[in-house]
Amino acid sequence: MSSVESAVRPPVTKIRKRTLKQRLNASGYKWAPYLFVSPFFVIFAVFGLFPLLFSLFLSFHYWEPASGLAAMEWVGIENFTFTLTDDWFQKSVFNTMWIALAAGIPQHVVAIPLAYFLHTSFKRSRNTVIGMYFLPFITSSVAISLVFTTLFSRDFGMINMLFTSAGNWTIFGDIQPLSWLFPTANIDWNRPEYTKTMIAFVVFWRYVGWNTVLYLSAMQTIPKDLYEAATVDGAKRWQQFWYITVPMLKPMMFFAVTLTIIGNLQLFEEPFIITGGSGGLEQAGKTAAMHMYITAFVEGDFGTASAVSWILFALIAFLTWGNNKLLGEKK
Amino acid sequence: MFNKKKIGTVALALGATLALTATSAFAKTTLTVASFPSFDLAVQSAIPLYKKLHPEVEIKLVSLAYGDHHNAMTTALATGGNLPDVMGIEYGYIGRFASSGGLEDLRAAPYSAAQYEKLFSKFTVPLATGGTGTLAAIPADIGPGALFYREDIFTKAGVTQEDLIKDWDSFIAAGKKIKETTGSYLVASAVDIKDVVIRSGLEDGQGIYFDSDNNITVNNDRFKEAFRLAKAVRDAGIDAQVGAWSSEWTEGLRRGTIASQMMGAWLGGHLNNWIAPDSKGLWRAAALPGGTYASWGGSFYAIPKKAQNKAEAWEFIKFMTMNKEMQIAAFRDLDAFPALIEAQNDDFINQPIPYLGGQVARVEWKKSADRIPALDVHKHDPVAEQIINDALEGVLERDENIDAALAEAEKQIKRRARR
Repeated sequence: MSSVESAVRPPVTKIRKRTLKQRLNASGYKWAPYLFVSPFFVIFAVFGLFPLLFSLFLSFHYWEPASGLAAMEWVGIENFTFTLTDDWFQKSVFNTMWIALAAGIPQHVVAIPLAYFLHTSFKRSRNTVIGMYFLPFITSSVAISLVFTTLFSRDFGMINMLFTSAGNWTIFGDIQPLSWLFPTANIDWNRPEYTKTMIAFVVFWRYVGWNTVLYLSAMQTIPKDLYEAATVDGAKRWQQFWYITVPMLKPMMFFAVTLTIIGNLQLFEEPFIITGGSGGLEQAGKTAAMHMYITAFVEGDFGTASAVSWILFALIAFLTWGNNKLLGEKK
Repeated sequence: MFNKKKIGTVALALGATLALTATSAFAKTTLTVASFPSFDLAVQSAIPLYKKLHPEVEIKLVSLAYGDHHNAMTTALATGGNLPDVMGIEYGYIGRFASSGGLEDLRAAPYSAAQYEKLFSKFTVPLATGGTGTLAAIPADIGPGALFYREDIFTKAGVTQEDLIKDWDSFIAAGKKIKETTGSYLVASAVDIKDVVIRSGLEDGQGIYFDSDNNITVNNDRFKEAFRLAKAVRDAGIDAQVGAWSSEWTEGLRRGTIASQMMGAWLGGHLNNWIAPDSKGLWRAAALPGGTYASWGGSFYAIPKKAQNKAEAWEFIKFMTMNKEMQIAAFRDLDAFPALIEAQNDDFINQPIPYLGGQVARVEWKKSADRIPALDVHKHDPVAEQIINDALEGVLERDENIDAALAEAEKQIKRRARR
């Protein structure tokens, strides 16, 4: 090193100014960044991409899993044609749609006004109330389902007790004024005609708070001046809600409804536990995801189960696309 | 400098590997046993005894919930990874696992288990036998069917055990009498009647839903009679219309609103331990009505083909299943009825059961265990069962014609059992 150079750039300063990146580059560790990001790709490849591709591969095969990988047998699209013409699958899709609508629509219809109420009426205690609404969402679905099974129990359940005490409530000796609205005898909620209602109620109860929080967070981003201007113009509260809040919530509605569609079409845990894993009498509470599980793990037919999951995927994609057309942003 | 580092790393890695190999060479063999509640209790209580006999073997028990365990075993067999050395298998899965080909054939050398087969209740061995005559598992416990009933309710209604088990007409008449005098239902569900009747009159080698040539056998007199009787029970109003293991069911048994239950002999243990401990001494056990002999559940041990320590696993299985003391211990502590005939003949069987009012019931269970036919299991049995249950629901609830419902069920099974 010449004396001129050392005068211009003192070596001490030079070393101090080198960043970690430069030092790593200089010492030949150019691969280090790749190493550091690799866990994501490795985990994704093993737990995400591989199962995805494998299930697609599997959907064209007949495979009895306990016999090992060598026992796979190519059947072409037979699994798909069988599933699409299968009345059990059709019934499970019908159940899923029924529950999705019965649980999904009230979720939003209740969550939006509820969020507006929370947004405008609560000041300091708001966070506590939000926390209470959010609680069902983070509680274990197994615990929820078990509690509701007990509440909906035919002979010893609280729900029946409330209903029948309202139905059997008498005035003037023997007149039962509420008997036209409420049952007078215990309802067996496990009967095919009630199973779906019971499941839909549990799903509604669980996710309404989650949607409320979503809508509330969207409402907090709506500029206050809009409301102030509306107040100056003499708009009433419900007018402000209808003409400002609801239109401004549209992007969040799209997001929340999309989540509801996907979540409800994949519904599994609640009906699984409530019906004891069987889908209930006459399979009235069996959802498409349960049908897939039962095909795989009870009937031992993994190929058809994979086909079911891909058909379900196509269905969810189609409905999400439809929702996008309906609520998504127009370009 | 770089090279030096590399050499250092390699040396370190090599050293570590050597050290590991060295320690494992001196370490004990670890035998992994996969099981499920409450079958795992038998393993748990066996560990200290087994360690005395085989101090060189360390036993690691992996226990998952019933469904999770069998799903985990299915995926382990599918991928060949994560397999235990000893696999516990329950009755409902044994047929499928036995014909999978993923388990060691215990009839072959070095196991040569054919010589031991006669040690067990005769119906258990065919259950664990795969299609090509391979023996995939050794039975540990069995569940001979029995009818449990509330003696005090029967006395109050003036009904005897004889009325109940003589034939089905007298069964229904007794149920009506009980309902009238005490208000209790005789059975939990009419479906239970169907389950017993479709198992009656079967002989060794026959299946419930399929015969040995894969033909569907649901549209016959056995099923028609089962549906007819279930319907008669429903019409007589003597079933509580509750499913087993629901909260209505346990409460009904506890409060005596359900006066009897047909199930495996192990139900006595459940009644005593948690369902109805307060009605100790009031319950009795009888044989199933109509001269039916059926088995409810049972557990097996198998060795996966890709297990690491097969020799040790076999020793352990022999200890768990063929050791009389072990089997009696499980019988005494867990109400697990032994599959080992030698253990069934032990004096323990003659002891009175306080919960059943001092009844010597185990002798009766042994008698019925001897008569249970060796039924053939089919891989589509779960599908057929679901279809039959749906069909029965239509008959019970919507008064559908039995012949039409069964003909439709046969069609459905044919379609779904397409392979």
